Amino acid sequence: MTQKVLIVDDSKLARMAVTKALNSLRPDWTRIEASSADEALALIKQAAPDIVLIDFNMPGKDGLTLAGEIRQLAPQISLAVISANHQLEVIERARATGAAFLPKPLTEKSLGDFLNAATQ
Amino acid sequence: MTDAHPVMLTELEMDALTELVNLGVSNAALSLREMVREEVILSVPKVSIMTREAAIANLGEGDGRKLVAVHQHFHGDIEGRALLIFPETKSMELVRAVVGGDLPLEELMELEQEALAETGNVILNACLGTIANNLQHNLRISLPEVVYGHGAEFFKLAPPPNVADGVLFIYINFVVRQRDITGYIALLLDLPSLITLKDMLGRFIERVGESGIVTRPNVS
Repeated sequence: MTQKVLIVDDSKLARMAVTKALNSLRPDWTRIEASSADEALALIKQAAPDIVLIDFNMPGKDGLTLAGEIRQLAPQISLAVISANHQLEVIERARATGAAFLPKPLTEKSLGDFLNAATQ
Repeated sequence: MTDAHPVMLTELEMDALTELVNLGVSNAALSLREMVREEVILSVPKVSIMTREAAIANLGEGDGRKLVAVHQHFHGDIEGRALLIFPETKSMELVRAVVGGDLPLEELMELEQEALAETGNVILNACLGTIANNLQHNLRISLPEVVYGHGAEFFKLAPPPNVADGVLFIYINFVVRQRDITGYIALLLDLPSLITLKDMLGRFIERVGESGIVTRPNVS
């Protein structure tokens, strides 16, 4: 089934990298992008994505805080937090909000495994 | 005096460089976490390229405060010097955060140089290494050296800089063991290295960006 994926990252280049991986894994899925947590929250209400991929390290609200808020707002959404900062505490906090943790730079393998799990 | 350096990066090149610095700083946090066995919180770095004069002014040269820097040379397709800079008042805080425990001041002071050099080495290597790996280039990085003084002196360390040299100036804030430590990373690059960097960033963006069209609805 075709899914709608929201990519949240303050870096345009990082969004391009995620887009490239998504394009190759699931070319028929719809992709939307947000460059901040606030923009992401607005898009979630407006566009109702099925999956949200969130960068951890963003100015303003960080990705884990955003994941927690999305969890409250729309518990059915599958979440993944993407970060180069794989300190145990960050990974544990991601898991505590029910989000998967994907290391950055993102590989097609780790994204593919997450998407498989999210659509099962 | 203009703050901007003549080698200007496009918005996307700057975005790419910031993202690489972000990856580097995240890797540095990971290594620091191993050292202190506690979470290290790092702010999103602010990155800009500026003249040496502007970098010195940014370091608060006007108020004459003393600074401490960990200094390393790097060589390869890009040549230059990397400095991790703190206000001297924060340097002992950093040493305490890294060394931990309740060591008496005397012992802390004995450890200060070593702890600063090691911390600087970890942070600078993580940043430079991550940038170099992503740009698919190899850098050789010298051993760290701790220097005390003012911003202007740091930027005049041997070998003597050229007028056209630029400074890639990175502002970071990190919290270790509830201690708020503000620091700067300055990469001093000569003009040919800055041009090479711009070129490498362009190729990096090409590698990352072969993507399709993304729908991006307007958010009101």
